[in-house]
This record gives sequence, structure tokens and C-alpha cells, in this order.
Amino acid sequence: MNLDFGTEYEEFRKEVKEFCLKHQGIQVTGSLGQFLQYETVSDSEKADKLTMPVKEWQKILIEHGYFARHIPSDYGGYGDPLDIIKDVIINDEFAKAKIPLGTGGQGIDFLVPTLLEMGTEEQKQRYIKAALNLDEIWCQGYSEPNAGSDLASLQTKGVLEGDEWVINGQKTWTSTAKYAQMMFCLVRTEPDAPKHQGISYLLIPMESPGIEIRPLVDMTLEAGFNEVFFTDVRIPAENIVGERGQGWLVANKTLVHERGSLGDPNKMASRFNKLVELMKTESIDGERIIDKPVFRDRLMKTQGKVLALKTHGLRLLSSQLNKEQDVTLGRMIVKLYGTEMRYELESLAIDVMGELGTLYENSPHLRAAGSWQYAYMYYLGLIIGGGTSQIQKNIISERGLGLPKEPKYQEL
Amino acid sequence: MYFGLSEEQEFFQETISRFLEGESTIGAIRNFAQGNNPDFPESIHSGLLELGINGLIIPEEYGGLEQDLLSAAAVSETLGAGVAISPFIGSYVMAPYAIIKSGSEAQKDKYLKGIVEGSVRFGVGLTEFVASREGAKITIESRKANGRALFVFDASNATHFLLSDSSGQLFIIDAKTKGLDIIELTTVDKTSSFVELIIKDVDIDILVNQSNHQELTQRVVDLGRLLIAADSLGASQVMINKSVSYSKERKQFGRVIGSFQAVKHMCAEMTANIEPCYSLIWYTAHCMDHIPEESQLMASHCKAHVSEVASAIAKTATEVHGGMGFTDELGLHYWFKRIGLNRQLLGGVDTVREEAANSQGF
Repeated sequence: MNLDFGTEYEEFRKEVKEFCLKHQGIQVTGSLGQFLQYETVSDSEKADKLTMPVKEWQKILIEHGYFARHIPSDYGGYGDPLDIIKDVIINDEFAKAKIPLGTGGQGIDFLVPTLLEMGTEEQKQRYIKAALNLDEIWCQGYSEPNAGSDLASLQTKGVLEGDEWVINGQKTWTSTAKYAQMMFCLVRTEPDAPKHQGISYLLIPMESPGIEIRPLVDMTLEAGFNEVFFTDVRIPAENIVGERGQGWLVANKTLVHERGSLGDPNKMASRFNKLVELMKTESIDGERIIDKPVFRDRLMKTQGKVLALKTHGLRLLSSQLNKEQDVTLGRMIVKLYGTEMRYELESLAIDVMGELGTLYENSPHLRAAGSWQYAYMYYLGLIIGGGTSQIQKNIISERGLGLPKEPKYQEL
Repeated sequence: MYFGLSEEQEFFQETISRFLEGESTIGAIRNFAQGNNPDFPESIHSGLLELGINGLIIPEEYGGLEQDLLSAAAVSETLGAGVAISPFIGSYVMAPYAIIKSGSEAQKDKYLKGIVEGSVRFGVGLTEFVASREGAKITIESRKANGRALFVFDASNATHFLLSDSSGQLFIIDAKTKGLDIIELTTVDKTSSFVELIIKDVDIDILVNQSNHQELTQRVVDLGRLLIAADSLGASQVMINKSVSYSKERKQFGRVIGSFQAVKHMCAEMTANIEPCYSLIWYTAHCMDHIPEESQLMASHCKAHVSEVASAIAKTATEVHGGMGFTDELGLHYWFKRIGLNRQLLGGVDTVREEAANSQGF
């Protein structure tokens, strides 16, 4: 056991610290509305901060190697070789200094790694830099009304006519569709092939004629998602990643990235500290909530889980640095454990506030701009999105523990 | 950076596992639990001594292996997995740790060497320091102790006892001293041994270098909590493994039960809950050695959280086995009971969570 990163990283940490100090108090504006962008900042707080447009901040971060660090410079990244410890140090120091990290989102987090691995040289040149600089925002076109957990049964159709794909069908849960210039999309192009082998991974310009976007209001009352309809949408034949019929393989590469990032163990600790603050400020009949034994016990139960997940993050990190360490199961559980736990934490906050916890929008007596109630609902959404908890349990038990698949309905 | 057990630690675990698989079969454990073969625990114990569990954390100058506390946690995990009937946590970790930290040279020489040679074996009674029941407590006056200690563990064939008065002053009693009454307790878990000590004007050997005895005793308790959690971790991982294997074999409705989501999701939930417990235990062990300011909080949470997870696994794993899980024949209950007992030792989950809140000033 050795939790040191070694002296060779001290110099790097110093550099990062200096950068953070120089940009202390920075606040980016014009965030792109992707998920996980929700942060409450009061107006008085905002007025005190230095503000900078998000694209400009992104550019500074990439120039210094604090974003897109390992993406080749030919494609607009910083071009440093992969070094996970440096990534950890950057995250650490930025968090300590409360400096915003670079803006990811579906294009940067999911499409870019996929293109790097499976895209043509032309595609890499054309798309990666524009995505990193936020000049081109991407959305993900996977789910359909009848293809949710059973994603591979998707029915949006693509037919090759001459040198164009003609696309018809509907996608849903498309979170950034209204900002996006491009969509990476799963489309059925080989209707006669078995369902997993009939899908292609296509890149669709959102301004193509025949695309209609309708906002989908969720339970938080935000239109965080959209439905996207395709009617005879025509895109160039070369807008395909991988071969025809390989789309499922290509998509699974990005789903791995998504599941890892949805349950980030490190975000929980700071949320827990906010909960402790809430319990110190809220009171019933003059007694602080944190002094009430039943609430304290719930808080401690939650803290035990937060610490378990936080230390689990160390184990996952260690396994990335030391290839002989096998944490396959440990990795599979992160989305399930992380989202369920976060929901539990937010639920406790609502109970701490009691009736006040149900206040929303611009109500009098609202706490923290309604962010607890928002998060309480939002994180229920995350339990479902990106593979529901039940799908996660199927994955853990089938791929992790080797239990047999549920027999197909027709076979019974 | 490396977070986890070292190759040597894993190798030591495997060595112990192999020994237990050979000698401490479920049949042998059941036979002993039914009152036959009373010498069985001592045969397991002496086998484990040959592997060196007694000198594990004792400095080399006293003949020990001088390993860190993570190694001790690794051993606890393995003993829990094998529901081993042998002293370890009290006799070979908590007691020597207390002596290393606060014994005089003479005390270290006597007790640490004795432990390594196999002539000294400690039972440990710190229950009353954590939470006194039935008014049990010990008072010290002019180097003599009076009172009562409940739930002294690793007690079978102990030659000495490590005890504390209610203020946390640690001291040692020779098991043969006049005025000491040893009363055996019978718990639901036949793989561990407990006694009650009735102490009347008994001569004691106070550990001399205790500048802040409350703090030291707390650390010894923290260490015990960590190791008990590790024992439960090992036991509950075995219960998961047994559930997974059973659900791949057992057929109902023409299918193996592991193909039903109701069953496979139980296995997935147990797995999701246990995986982070490894990290919690490893990190707490690391804190005990290297980050003392975090160790009390981590040990409390380690004990509480792992106990909760282990209890849930004990219940769920039994359910996965259906009626068989409830039988003595399958023997799953030895793990169930060990987990149930561990949950209460040195502070139940509610007690340690209350301590965790207090220690943070909440």
C-alpha cells in the first residue's frame, strides 16, 4: 500500500496550484445545458466573481493541458501522453480551488474517444477539434420510444441511396439536441441481419432538412431532454463510423465511458459536506437537525457509504495505474452504487427540511434556490438513464458473476 | 501509488486459506459445534501458529514478522472467510499492539516474546470501555483491580487478559491469579469463545507508558473494530460466492434459479454492496498506521458500514439458498452467526455511528 504519487509529481502539482491561484474566483458563463451542469449560484455570489465565456475558458484550459490533455495536438488536444496521476492532480487542485473544470458533454466524453479509436483520419480531423473547442456541440441519438433498456431493438431506419443515407424514424431522451449542431446516432441499416448486427453508427448534421426537435419536459419541470424526428433526412454516405452493421460494437465502446462517468465517486464528498451544513442551519422547535439523534444516525449511515465509495475510487485509480490489479466487478458496480447512493443523500436533505423541502420554483422560504428538490428528482433520472439500476444488476450478475441470461420469451 | 493488498499479503491469505480448507472443513466445524472433538480448536490454532499469525505485527527484535496493520486486516478477512475457530484479533493484534505502544521494556520483553513463542495468549476485554451493560466495570486501586468484565473475547485457553478500567487505563491480569473467576459464556456463534471475568482484589500489571490512556485505548478499540469488520468482510464474501454457485446449480421450473432476475439481482446487489467495503477496510488499515488523525472516524464507519452490509448479505445469501439455507446440513449458518456476532462486538452499529458523529463535533 502506497498512497503517494511520488516526488516527480510535486513539480506538476505546483504548476497546477499556480494556475489555480492565478484564476481564483473564475466563473464561466453560457454553460451549454448538458446534464451535470446544474450548479446553484446566488446573484450576490455571481456579482463578486470574474466571469468568462465558457469557450474562452475551454481554450485556456486546453492550451495549458488542463483539458483534452491526452488528445493528440493534431486533433486540437494538448497531446500529452496518458498519465492518470496528472489527471487526478488536476481534478484535485481545481476542486480545492473551486475552479471550473473544462466542459465535457456527450460529444467530448463519448464521441471523441470513439472517433479516436474507430474513426477515419478524415473524421478525426473534421470533428474532434471542433468538439473540444465547443464550436460544434454533439448530442447522442440512441434511445427510441420502443428501444430503451433493450436498445438493440431500435428501429430508426437508414437506407443508402447513391452516396447518401436516407434516415427515417424517431429518437428520444436526446439531452442536448436543441443546442447541438451534430448527432451521433444509431440507425438500423441492415434490416435482415440479427438485431445486434444490423445497426450502423452515423453522424448527422442537426440542420439537415427533415429533422424536427420537440422538447421533452421532465419531472423537474425542465426541458432537459428532447424528442428528435427524422423524415427523409439525407446525409453523406461517408458519415459512418466503423463499417455498416458494426454500430452496436462502436456504441458499446462509448457506453463504457458513459457508465464510468455517471457515478463519479469524487463528487459525493462535497455534496455530503453541503448536507452537513444544511443540517446545522435547519432546526425544528429551535433544535438544530444535526442535534437530533435519528437524523444524526441517518447522516452517519450516509457518510459510511460516501466514505466507502470515496475509498473505492482509490482502488479503481490504483487498478488503472497497476495493470495486475483486477477490479472488474468493482468497476461494474459504480453506476448502480453511485446513483442509488446519491439519491439517498438527496432524499435525506429533503427530510431534513420537511415541508420546506417541497418548496420549488420561486416560492417564499425556498432553500438553496430549490436545488435540493431539483437534485432529488434529477438523480432519480440518473438511476434510470444510462442503463437503469435493473440493467446494471443484469450486467453485474451476467458478465460479472457468470449467471445465465434470462431465457428469451419465445424460447419458453 | 498502489492501493490494495500486496502480493505477499495475498500470498499469506492463500496459505491460510489452503490450511483451513484442508483442516477446518465444515464437517469438522459442525462436529466440534455439536460437542464432539473438544481439541479441534487447538489443532487449528496450532496450525495457524506454525504459519506465524501470532508474531504478525510484533517487531523483529522480539522475534515477530513486523508487518503492518493492513496485513493483520488481510489475515482477519481470511479467518472470517474460513469461519476459523482460533484466537487472532484480540490475542495477536490488539493485545500486542497495546503492549508495543505502551509497555515498558520489561513488559515488551515478557509478553511480546511470550506471544511469539506461543507461551502467552491474551484474551481481550474492552467491552466496558465502549458500552457497559448490567453495570459491569472495573476499578483500580493501589495496583489491585476489582469489578467485572463482560464479553472478553479470544478467551479460550488464554494465559493472560488485557483489560481496561472505565477511564481507559490498560492493564494485564495473569489468568491464574488468585481472585479471578472465569465464567464461560455461550453465544450463538460456536466458532468464537467468550468469558466473563469476576475480579476480586486481583494483582495487575499496568501498561506503564500511557501518557493519554483514553486515547490509546480508543486506538486499540479502533483496531479491533477494523479487524472485526475485515472478519465479516471475509465471511460475507464467502456467503456471496456460495449463493452464486448454488444459483448456477439449483433448478426449479426447469431452469437454474440463477437465470431468474429475482435471484440474480439479489446476487448483484450483494456484490455492489460488498465491493466498496474492501476499499473502506484497506484505507482504514492504512490510516491506523499512517494517517492517525483519520483513523478513529474511519474505524467507526468501517465497523458500522461493513456490519450493515454483511448482515444484509447474511440474510440475502440465506434466502438465495431457500430452505437449504436454513438447515444445519448446509452449514451456511456458521457464517450467518459469525457476522451476527461481529456486528455487536466492540460497539454495535448504532453505538459506533453515534461515536462517529461525536468525533466530528456534530
